[in-house]
Amino acid sequence: MYVYDEHDRQMAAERVAQFRDQTERALAGELAEDEFLPLRLQNGLYVQRLAPMLRICVPYGMMRSDQLRRLARITRDYDKGYAHFTTRQNVQLNWPALEDVPDILAELAEVEMHANQTSGNCIRNTTTDQFSGVQSDEIADPRPYCEIIRQWSTFHPEFAFLPRKFKVAVNASEHTDRAAIQVHDIGLQMVRNEAGELGFRVHVGGGLGRTPMVGPVIREFLPEMDLLTYLEAVLRVYNRYGRRDNKFKARIKILVKALTPEGFAEKVEAEWQHIKDSPTRLTPEAVQRIQAYFTEPDYAALDNATDLLASQRFENRGFDQWLTHNVDTHKKPGYAIVTLTMKKTGTPPGDVSDKQLEQIADLADEFSFGEVRVTHQQNVVLADVRQDRLLELWQAITPMGFGTANLNTLTDVICCPGGDYCALANAKSIPVAEAIQRQFDDLDYLYDLGNIDLNISGCMNACGHHHVGHIGVLGVDKKGQEFYQISLGGSSHHDASIGKILGPSFARDEMPQVISKIIDVYVDKRTEEETFLDTYRRVGIDPFKERVYA
Amino acid sequence: MPNVISPDGSIRQDNWVVMPRPAEGESLDIPADQPALIPADLWLAGYEHFTGRQDIGVWFDSHDEPEILDGRVNELPVIAVNFPKFSDGRGYSIGRLLRERFGYVNELRAIGDVLLDQLQFMKRCGFDAYVLRADKDITKAQKCLNFFSQGYQAATDTEIPLFRRRAS
Repeated sequence: MYVYDEHDRQMAAERVAQFRDQTERALAGELAEDEFLPLRLQNGLYVQRLAPMLRICVPYGMMRSDQLRRLARITRDYDKGYAHFTTRQNVQLNWPALEDVPDILAELAEVEMHANQTSGNCIRNTTTDQFSGVQSDEIADPRPYCEIIRQWSTFHPEFAFLPRKFKVAVNASEHTDRAAIQVHDIGLQMVRNEAGELGFRVHVGGGLGRTPMVGPVIREFLPEMDLLTYLEAVLRVYNRYGRRDNKFKARIKILVKALTPEGFAEKVEAEWQHIKDSPTRLTPEAVQRIQAYFTEPDYAALDNATDLLASQRFENRGFDQWLTHNVDTHKKPGYAIVTLTMKKTGTPPGDVSDKQLEQIADLADEFSFGEVRVTHQQNVVLADVRQDRLLELWQAITPMGFGTANLNTLTDVICCPGGDYCALANAKSIPVAEAIQRQFDDLDYLYDLGNIDLNISGCMNACGHHHVGHIGVLGVDKKGQEFYQISLGGSSHHDASIGKILGPSFARDEMPQVISKIIDVYVDKRTEEETFLDTYRRVGIDPFKERVYA
Repeated sequence: MPNVISPDGSIRQDNWVVMPRPAEGESLDIPADQPALIPADLWLAGYEHFTGRQDIGVWFDSHDEPEILDGRVNELPVIAVNFPKFSDGRGYSIGRLLRERFGYVNELRAIGDVLLDQLQFMKRCGFDAYVLRADKDITKAQKCLNFFSQGYQAATDTEIPLFRRRAS
């Protein structure tokens, strides 16, 4: 994992001092509310429905155990003893006091954390696949490139006041896309060209929100060393020509659409020609220096524990289910990737208490070289667990509530904080997630249904990524009443697509039954091998409409 | 007379006046006794008349294209860029283009909704004169220009990004 050097430490400390000064000037009335707004947003601070909300950055989802313990302490000392994992691999506190935020940021800086650019019209946290570096089918470890982008984008003087927020995601796996890159402002897919050289396929202009779009490819192959100069060209074109007259048309996707992807690509190429050989061009030494932070941990030389696991599975059905669903194949023999699910029914998806944060830290130290990864599905990954210790781990996490073996099933819901916390929301989202989780409480049935992404957002801003859920739920306001609109057929993976709206919306108490009817149609229509998405794509939306609105 | 802040935070006064764009059909009234900044396209339109004059500079609005002055920037003693609203970040790109692409070496002035917390970005993007919005406390400019001792990226002020400085 990346470790700060004296430059990073110095700038982090300077940033805290700056925000302390800005907060003092705001509290003294020297900064108008609208003048302080972008400053506090770029330090992660929202003012929400019930209290301020602080979004803490977890760069590309990576955290160490000491950082988790510090977060736990901060939630106790400055908040109500819990935190929330977000859909962009970050962590949120829901109740900090405005005047405490500089102190919180200072405490974070001590453990090499920050809240820089987690909000506001700037370049946000770069996200990636939570299995980076431990899966066997990746082109290269994407995390060094995420860190290179993090450093380049941090306090970038030209791009601090973009037309709108800007999100970059990187994916390196050839066969899966856990980072949802095609619904980001820039999605970078690592590839090798015919000569075997490393580079990126560049998607620009994907996104969710009011105008969901799958990002078109604007460059098939960008050589590795050209990463930053090309990003700078894209951002400069966007900064200069992105719309600023209408907040809802200000994302880069609107510009890409207006110019056409080809037209946009031409503008970027023209800009890039001027700067591609500038000192911002990466060097092999610079890349290697960052890569050196992401070397393999001290793995033991092991064989796969196939026989041991087989007998443990045989003796314990719960362990067997968990192993099948929440444990993934590791590139090293004898190791496994474990996902701790934060989706226990009755707990808001992604919420963790201070105690649970400390438990996760202890688990990381005990089982996974002291590191964890936060996923955009709001779960936590222990990436390097010895196979011969999986049973021990499973026994430890079950009472903690992290062992629900529902990963990637219908009840592994992605859900925004919704109307319970968020000032923007039209409707609550957490109670809908809970009602659906209660309706589908039979694990065997969930396994039979297979992989279903159910994504819930409380408003058009789409923090719960509803457009790309196989089943998407969107909270809408109808004359002051909370209603929910359903869309089907979305996907955030390599086959990215935007879901289609099923029809008129439903009241909250109807939702579990409506989801049941949708599931029934799938069960009736599917062929043996088909997932929910396969069936939907084959039969279309009509059979679902007929059943639900019958 | 505007107070003008320099990159080191020191304050001086000068008497450059910003001439607004004249309404349709009106002509530009350039003061006889005072140096003036005029819209860049009008300077170009009256190029024969204006070039070489040390008392005439130009200003760009945030949606203007600095490309129109390519090759001629150094004929101007002052170029100003207007920030119509502090949250409009287009001026930062204009600043960098003027300096880094077109090689402009004379004064680059930030005008308009120029606030304390944006000075640091302006400085890094090549601005070397800042006319702070009148209601802001100019004595705090120096502090606000100097919160950071360095940056990660290359920009106008630092040609070499940190990743190359680390390597050397």
